[in-house]
Amino acid sequence: MFDYQFFVEVLVGGLLSGVMYSLVAIGFVLIYKTSGILNFAQGAMLLFAALTFVSLVERGVPFWLSLSATLMIMVGLGITVERTVLRPLVNQSPMTLFMATLGLSYVIEGAAQLLWGTQVHGLDLGIDDVPFELGGVLISRFDLFAAAIAGALVTAFALFFRYTRTGLAFRAVADDQFAALAVGLRLSRVWAAVWTAAGIVALVAGLLWGARLGVQFSLSLVVLKALPVLVLGGFDSVAGAIVGGLLIGAIEKLAEVYIGPFVGGGIEAWAAYVVALGFLLVRPSGLFGQRLVERA
Amino acid sequence: MRLSRSLRAAALAAAIGLSAALPTHADEQFFPLQSYRVGPYAAGGTGFFGGFIDYLNLINIRDGGVGGVKLTWEEGETQYEVERGVEVYERLKSHPGVAAWNPLSVGIAYAMIDRIAKDKVPLITINHGRTDSTDGRVFPYVFPLLLNPYSETSGIVNYIASREGGADKLKGKKIVVLYHGSPYGKETIPIYKLLADKYGFSLGQIEVPHPGNEQQSQWLSIRRAKPDYVVLRGWGVMNPVALKTAQKVGFPVDHIIGNVWSNSEEDVIPAGDAAKGYVAITTQASGAEYPVLQEIIKTVYGAGKGNLDDKKRIGSVYHNLGIVNGILNVEAIRIAQRKFGQRTLTGDEVRWGFEHLQLDPARVQALGAKGLFHSINVTWDNHEGDGRVTFQQWDGTKWKVVSDWIAPDWAFLRPIIEKSAAAYAAEHNTKVRTSDETPVSQ
Repeated sequence: MFDYQFFVEVLVGGLLSGVMYSLVAIGFVLIYKTSGILNFAQGAMLLFAALTFVSLVERGVPFWLSLSATLMIMVGLGITVERTVLRPLVNQSPMTLFMATLGLSYVIEGAAQLLWGTQVHGLDLGIDDVPFELGGVLISRFDLFAAAIAGALVTAFALFFRYTRTGLAFRAVADDQFAALAVGLRLSRVWAAVWTAAGIVALVAGLLWGARLGVQFSLSLVVLKALPVLVLGGFDSVAGAIVGGLLIGAIEKLAEVYIGPFVGGGIEAWAAYVVALGFLLVRPSGLFGQRLVERA
Repeated sequence: MRLSRSLRAAALAAAIGLSAALPTHADEQFFPLQSYRVGPYAAGGTGFFGGFIDYLNLINIRDGGVGGVKLTWEEGETQYEVERGVEVYERLKSHPGVAAWNPLSVGIAYAMIDRIAKDKVPLITINHGRTDSTDGRVFPYVFPLLLNPYSETSGIVNYIASREGGADKLKGKKIVVLYHGSPYGKETIPIYKLLADKYGFSLGQIEVPHPGNEQQSQWLSIRRAKPDYVVLRGWGVMNPVALKTAQKVGFPVDHIIGNVWSNSEEDVIPAGDAAKGYVAITTQASGAEYPVLQEIIKTVYGAGKGNLDDKKRIGSVYHNLGIVNGILNVEAIRIAQRKFGQRTLTGDEVRWGFEHLQLDPARVQALGAKGLFHSINVTWDNHEGDGRVTFQQWDGTKWKVVSDWIAPDWAFLRPIIEKSAAAYAAEHNTKVRTSDETPVSQ
């Protein structure tokens, strides 16, 4: 007999995991939306942020001071990337820019290990991951906390884009870079701001993922979880990143539990990519992505 | 101009550093080290190779080497990647006096098996590697010292039996093995099935895809299956995530038994309180209270030659594994010197030393390692050496030993190993040795 309660438990677990994927995906979206670059260094930025924060805390720096200092460092990193990598490559092809971010990811990973060492660290954000039961379904407190943080982050970005001058400049650049330049917007300043925003997202995601996995080198691998989310939701939509994350989280967990046993198990990592690939064939711009129209 | 001066200065410094690391002794025994100090597995690599080098340094400083022969080494960074490991092998294999290779990597070890057989130098895969390489008749140059994966499996099942009050109490119990989705993780699938048949426990084996940073669905399935024990056959980030997710679904942590690559501080610290009470197998105890470690602290770190940057890591699981690995390598050279003379030995002569590496508990005590590891008894056809295992429990700050030294069921395992080795020999057209009287290359 089909166990509905277990199904709901797997579904809820998947949706909450999906929120964590969305957090990583949002960082990609911010940069892609304004500059058309798929920033492969987002995972490395996430590692760098978490490692910096935890290393400061372990050296006796108070929590909030460590958080503020890491935030400032991420802002500095965003500005440095714009000055030293993006500005010299302006007007280069998307592939060149993608390769630049690929190289950047190795530089950031190496710098993180050089600065803070190779040790694995625990990260305690003060939220117990002891589950509570709701209608017979176990729900993780930590995952709920992560979902609330993701919600707050998306709300903050929505307000920022809508009600601030910089947010308006973001949207203008995202709509049409050349038109934005023509009306006097400074592209380099917008790019520096957007990389800073991506750095802040990396810090938030790094702390939440770091609390889940421990702060270690493999944190940078969480980008692999974000890629199918982006394909499904669309590379240039924050809402798409959220919805895509939820869908991918739920699908991969349900696939693992209900299809996995028939094919030997261990399928959730590639099940997400099967779904993304299928979606790519049907709707290349994703659920919420802007359709690219090119005139001949 | 300034740049070129800086480059010249850097080159000079590098040359001075290199000449210090590689003394030009006439009699030296060389260890090429395929280490990994950066990349995803650097935490384990720095601990293991740090412990190994600390012990080699102890022998050089305290004893002037082995029988007057200085021990030297050079590291080549692999980042745990197979192709880099092979590149380091090709680069360093021509160095005079290569004693043995110790890559601490399943992938690199597999890639080297044919090469080391051709070059006649031993390959040490302490606690890991191919199970059937235990059969020295087929694999004369490979030594999975102390513990192969099948012995580990048998040791874990024997430990669970001891907790339940005897092997007969395993009947009707349910054990789930949560394994890493890699050749390493899958290696023990058949032996768990055989042991389940032998003892009558029901078995579930669940794969976690690499790297293992998401395990919600696997642990929900475990919760539904309600097993008595979960064996964690993990690697890297998979381990702390397993412990955290187990807590999330309410599975008792003291009923999770970790394998030998799920037993380090790096596996439990990131899991925080979720790891308190977790039990894992080991061949070497952790802690710095053993005489050999005290000597290393006094003699090596006292002289400013310690290899670990962070002294708090002295006595950690990987550091102690490196030290035990150092003891086994050095003792093999010492044994070989007794037969071939106190000089630089060939790799094949060191291989002979490993095939006669018999350290009983009295000898282990004399080496200052009583309690650190039990004993080893390598022979020409048994390259594992019947290592004993013990189990340790994490109390939130350190590992505490919670069992006696346990012997795996070698009699049960040996025919399975021989069958697999025979199949390898047939497939690779390898000559099977029938005695230890193989001529030794000098």
